[in-house]
Amino acid sequence: MRYIPHTEQDIREMCERIGIKNPDELFAVIPANMKLAKPLHLPAPLPEAKLVSYLKKLSRTNETVDSFDSFLGAGAYHHYVPVVINALTSRGEFLTAYTPYQPELSQGTLQALFEFQTMIASLLGMEVANASLYDGASSLAEALLMALRVRKRKKILISEGIHPEYLQVVKTYLGNMDVEWVKLPINEQGRVDRYQLEKLTDDHTAAVCVQSPNFFGVIEDQVALIEIAHRKLALYISCFTESLAFGLLQPAGLMGADIVCGEGMSLGNYLNLGGPHLGLFTTRQEFVRQMPGRLVGETVDAQDKRGFVLTLSTREQHIRRQKATSNICTNQGLCALAATIYLALLGPWGVKKVAEMNYQHAHYLHQGLSALSGVKSKFSGPFFNEFVVELNKPVGEFLDYCQRQEIFAGVDMAPFDSKFKNCLLVCATEMNTKEQMDQYIEVAKEFLG
Amino acid sequence: MMFEEPLLFEKSSPGREGYSLIEEDLPEVIPHHELEPNLIRTESPLLPEVSEPDVVRHFTRLSQWNFSIDTGFYPLGSCTMKYNPRVNEEVARMSGFLKIHPYQPSETLQGALQLMHELEQYLAEISGMDAVTLQPAAGAQGEFTGLKLIRAYHQAKGNPRKKVLIPDTAHGTNPASSSLCGYEVVEIKSSRKGVLAVEDVARLMDEEVAAIMITNPNTLGLFEENIGAIAEIVHSKGGFVYCDGANQNALVGQARVGDMGVDVLHFNLHKTFTTPHGGGGPGSGPVAVKQALAPFLPVPRVVKKGKAYTVEYHAGESIGRVKSFFGNFGMLVRAYTYIREMGFEGLKLLSQMAVLNANYLRQALREDFFLPYDGVCMHECVFTDKWQNEQGVKTLDIAKRLMDYGFHPPTVYFPLVVAGSLMVEPTETESKETLDSFITAMKAIAQEAKTTPEQLTSAPKLTALRRLDEVKAVRELKLVWKP
Repeated sequence: MRYIPHTEQDIREMCERIGIKNPDELFAVIPANMKLAKPLHLPAPLPEAKLVSYLKKLSRTNETVDSFDSFLGAGAYHHYVPVVINALTSRGEFLTAYTPYQPELSQGTLQALFEFQTMIASLLGMEVANASLYDGASSLAEALLMALRVRKRKKILISEGIHPEYLQVVKTYLGNMDVEWVKLPINEQGRVDRYQLEKLTDDHTAAVCVQSPNFFGVIEDQVALIEIAHRKLALYISCFTESLAFGLLQPAGLMGADIVCGEGMSLGNYLNLGGPHLGLFTTRQEFVRQMPGRLVGETVDAQDKRGFVLTLSTREQHIRRQKATSNICTNQGLCALAATIYLALLGPWGVKKVAEMNYQHAHYLHQGLSALSGVKSKFSGPFFNEFVVELNKPVGEFLDYCQRQEIFAGVDMAPFDSKFKNCLLVCATEMNTKEQMDQYIEVAKEFLG
Repeated sequence: MMFEEPLLFEKSSPGREGYSLIEEDLPEVIPHHELEPNLIRTESPLLPEVSEPDVVRHFTRLSQWNFSIDTGFYPLGSCTMKYNPRVNEEVARMSGFLKIHPYQPSETLQGALQLMHELEQYLAEISGMDAVTLQPAAGAQGEFTGLKLIRAYHQAKGNPRKKVLIPDTAHGTNPASSSLCGYEVVEIKSSRKGVLAVEDVARLMDEEVAAIMITNPNTLGLFEENIGAIAEIVHSKGGFVYCDGANQNALVGQARVGDMGVDVLHFNLHKTFTTPHGGGGPGSGPVAVKQALAPFLPVPRVVKKGKAYTVEYHAGESIGRVKSFFGNFGMLVRAYTYIREMGFEGLKLLSQMAVLNANYLRQALREDFFLPYDGVCMHECVFTDKWQNEQGVKTLDIAKRLMDYGFHPPTVYFPLVVAGSLMVEPTETESKETLDSFITAMKAIAQEAKTTPEQLTSAPKLTALRRLDEVKAVRELKLVWKP
């Protein structure tokens, strides 16, 4: 076995030193009736060449966002990942290191994470960022748990524009807490209705939670919403699924939000069928001791040289156990590294340009589609790189039709909520060429007649 | 190699760029005209302006400051730092696995769904359980998921119960996950033998206890030999036995927790099944359960209908979702690849050699470092600094001195029940020669502790940075760079 270096002689010598006849004796402590009675029923081991060719074949039974023209978004976005990212994140020194518990041997990971925290805090307009969480959904769940701790109130107002899968995760996480959930309805613009928010926010409200751009792609006008939340001393949590939007859009951190969190996969990470992705979590300095997850801080070594360490670990499970701010241990280190490299390559202007291109592409496609008879824009609010259209024919048939032309035309909204019957969520990024979009519009025109 | 690498921000020069963008010839829509002014970003994010070579050199240099499995022996106890096969990486980067969207129609995802379906079956077979969810993103999320399943079961019977029993040797995530799940944690003291005593469990077990969480082998590297009797007691009061699977590297192919009375197990694919740790993730924490808990598993579920694989998004009694989409799929691909390469024979050999390696170290070092629990261990063993304390040398000093000998230190000060613990897990991928050189280093350190203790207390000296001031980091908290 190529990963196990023991020769027969090694085994013999080692057994001798231990004082046993063979390694099986070391398992004598396991009661006989608990030992494996027969071999496990697993496929026979494959040598590398066969393994690779088998898995290549298996992987090819999947269509990809390269083999099809994809207009799928809804929380997982197809952006370009510069090749440098893979070259650097594949380096064994990053790939095969553990959580940086021993800082003298982990300065690479630690400094990169410090740079990550700096970039993410700034991108989201916040004072502090942690070193990542699992994904956007669990970041939101952690944000709400934090709000409950900080405010010691029970009511959570949550926008209807939150990604439905995020809401499901949040409900699982907070399912055993004493929480009063209040849904914030959206208006015909596709935005949270601020008059409803005003009516529903009261002295029991721990948090107001809004996604922007929201699940329908619509950009919320959050300045007013934050003001309403703060009037009742509720924390304002702004969530997002498309982190690249903040190359162009004002992040909620710069508007006074208390927690800004969400999904960072758009920054240099692949779709990967939805994971591993990258949970981002930022807040204001005053709440730092209530934050979940790892934090990297700057310090000096014994010779006064600058260095980095994991810090404020007394918040964490390995010290505080059941009283920890979160149960998280492993996070998404390598995905955070990919995001750091991505943001470094793009810089402030590159991020802005990519964001603008997403905006341009989505608006070009939107214009083309909504001009067709049989297509109606569902919401009138401004959007970034995805939008909802209502069709005059069943969405399922439309998707099948497009699929036959090798187009993933969008995400059917009906399974998430029956009131979105005939609604399709369409996304265009910088990866969708003009030719692809023109083709999509053409195919839609054929189908909708 | 020892020179400081500045932060990227400090290397920034206005106007420099490291990207190449697609430019499409589109009729221009100017966001600034279309959007309400208060929606447009007012200040640029603080990002460096650097070229691609700058970026490559910066991160390459940073990588060289990391210790990793690829660079050396990394015996971090309970973390299973074994070799991460490169073939896993090759497969995970195949376009058909990397560039697939979770909302693609299932008929365009047959390969991915098949892989997940089969991986569930392999993990069930390996652990002796009935059903598996691959959704949890890491071990701690797996724990939370497992406890939610238990809670949902009890809830369905009318009483969610109040407490979870957890041994004092458990990982911190166990109590943290229990409390997130709304349970009060009751700690069980380990016996003098370092394992759970049947009578202690019997005394604490009642009908308000939802579950006991056991790590087997436990974090002292000892097999919980009373697990059968303990499971019987817990089951007789209607409770469940949860097993933290962090240490499955000792058992795969030898014994199955499902045959020991365990009802729920989480795996750490980044430990037992060689997916890389990545400097702190991503991990993956599938959860395996016995039939009674299967109806409560998270959605979505991959199901096979005839020859085709489909996804079911709704299931009546499900606890719901714990993670968006399907879990950390990229990690599942790696674990699947590993299991297909190893087969049963490979898995059996790996646990055998992992346990052999640990016992070899234990035997070789038992006269130099105090062993609080002497006797055969499983995949890891725990020493302490008791004998070195006499010279004023602590575990931390031993750990730092090991760096000067070119090794990553073991896990230190954990488990908490042992003062000054040094928890060593060599794993099966290390050769006898590597272990021998580690033994030589440890013996030299034990000797230094007696003769020149300042060699230890002032270590490390051969790393890029000396000992870091963690107190200052907290006192003068600085989490982001400021110009």
